Amino acid sequence: MSNPLGRVRRSGRGRVRLEIALLSGPATIVFLAFVVFPVVLAAYYGFYRWHGYGAPTDWVGLNNYRLILTDPAFRQVLRHSFMIMVLSLVIQGPLAIALALLLNQKVRGRSVIRVLIFVPYVISEVVVGTGWSLMLQSNGALNDLLRHSGLGFLQADWLSDPKLAIWTLLAIISWKYIGFAVILMLAGLQSIPDELFEAAQIDGASYWQIQRRITLPLLGPTIRIWAFLSIIGSLQLFDLVYIIWGPYVSGTAGTSTMAIYMVAQGRNAANYGYGSAIAVVMFLITLIVALIYQRFVLRRDLRGAVTEGRT
Amino acid sequence: MSATAGAGYWVRRGVDPDAPLEPAGRPHGRQRQKWTQPFVYFVALLFIGVCVAPVLYVVAGGFRTNAQITTSPAALPHPWVTGNYAGVLRSTTFWGEFANSVIVALASTVGIVVLGLMVSFVLARYDFRLKGAMYSLFAAGLMFPLVIAITPLYIVVKDLGLVDNLLGVIVPQIAFGLPMTVIILVPFLRAIPNEIEEAAAIDGASRLGFFFRMVLPLSVPGVVTVSILAFIGSWNNYVLPLYVLNSQADFTLPLGVQAFSSQYSTDTAKVLAFTSLAMLPALVFFSIFERRIVGGLTGAVKG
Repeated sequence: MSNPLGRVRRSGRGRVRLEIALLSGPATIVFLAFVVFPVVLAAYYGFYRWHGYGAPTDWVGLNNYRLILTDPAFRQVLRHSFMIMVLSLVIQGPLAIALALLLNQKVRGRSVIRVLIFVPYVISEVVVGTGWSLMLQSNGALNDLLRHSGLGFLQADWLSDPKLAIWTLLAIISWKYIGFAVILMLAGLQSIPDELFEAAQIDGASYWQIQRRITLPLLGPTIRIWAFLSIIGSLQLFDLVYIIWGPYVSGTAGTSTMAIYMVAQGRNAANYGYGSAIAVVMFLITLIVALIYQRFVLRRDLRGAVTEGRT
Repeated sequence: MSATAGAGYWVRRGVDPDAPLEPAGRPHGRQRQKWTQPFVYFVALLFIGVCVAPVLYVVAGGFRTNAQITTSPAALPHPWVTGNYAGVLRSTTFWGEFANSVIVALASTVGIVVLGLMVSFVLARYDFRLKGAMYSLFAAGLMFPLVIAITPLYIVVKDLGLVDNLLGVIVPQIAFGLPMTVIILVPFLRAIPNEIEEAAAIDGASRLGFFFRMVLPLSVPGVVTVSILAFIGSWNNYVLPLYVLNSQADFTLPLGVQAFSSQYSTDTAKVLAFTSLAMLPALVFFSIFERRIVGGLTGAVKG
């Protein structure tokens, strides 16, 4: 940053340091105290059996971690979390790209469309969960609708059938978050210069060739950032499952996630040592996934746009 | 067009968010319009229907009686009854929770914007040794959403004596809101040309004077985006209030919706009415500032 000469002479280094401290101090302190410190604290409490009162005294070493990693329930929630992570990408990604390509054309009422597809994203998980669980009850609106439209044979126990429940959850997740994905993709499409399409067209490229050779590669950075946000969101999924199924039913319905396991085993059982250890495990899993993703996927965004187009 | 690729693009998008979003008709689109147009409208309508119908069902359900809902769960209100909504609007529980949600959301938003703007200004326009590390620290915060940290975070809040205190929700929300704010605001503040800062210095303004007289007014669009995201995030937050607020008097609306729906689990119509009223403020807030959010997200992707 260029420092205007006149100013340096007048204010001096001490004053600049003071400004930096005053301006960045409050945010840094709050961030360290409530984001970084709890993670450090969790690493400490994770070595104890501790019920949340007084100082922890019952040192159990790595026992909490051994229990987590050998608990079949944890392996189950881990499987669910990763299944939700992968399937969210597979279901929402192509659908969002296709919808964005379609909606990127000159259609009347674009701004209204943008607002309406964003509505599910703006509504809170609690409201979404409450609404959907009422609609999906076995005597709820969806089954009623199927019955009256002659599709009665499709009626099902959407929430409690263990074979179906995780797919119901994925459908609700897709419903809630796909608007966000489409808006991101649309924003990405807008930033591709028109000249590229014109040039390709003059060169005689067909519509599909243009999409495949120009649009998709140039949309790459947007897709990869969306995928990153989606992955992080999936790994921490909690609200929807907790509202619709609750901590115990989600276990039998096959929809429990890592965060549900943490809340049920930690807070609800008042085992804060064990809960902290689960938090550390979740933290590490998220960190590893994020680092792998950044190392192998996001890194390509740092290279030039030329190498980008050839992928 | 090439100028739009840089950070300056973001400022323009922020100032006039709608302009670049309406393209002057893509050539490849125009040619294909003849037969694609009806298809596009059909898919768009279908998509909108899928997105909005469940929400409308919840709102309409609040205008029905329980008898109507039991006999025909998927039908429209017939006749429309307003008793459920009137009942909720008369209840002190709803308004108490509404007030708590407003206090928490406003305080969190102000905190996030003030602290975020200050630290973003430093990261964007000062030179010092730890700058890179500091930026990475805040950016890394994006990887760790509140849910993952909730167990140890609750212990910290409890040790500070902030359980059953709205501050116990507000302060952690500010902390967890900072990463997104920094990511959005830093490229924004960096895009303010150096010439403006130099001109201000020549005119005798200190860097802080420059901050208050030039940076604040110029960063209004970015600040609006950040504020909306912060407000809606706070309005919808569930897991932190679930841990921190235990007595009904302190509940925010998400906790209220859940408590209400388990307390009146047989009175479906009333639950639907309560739920609709709880989501209304976030929806209104969003539809007023919709352009800013869409513009801001574009900035976040590029930044």
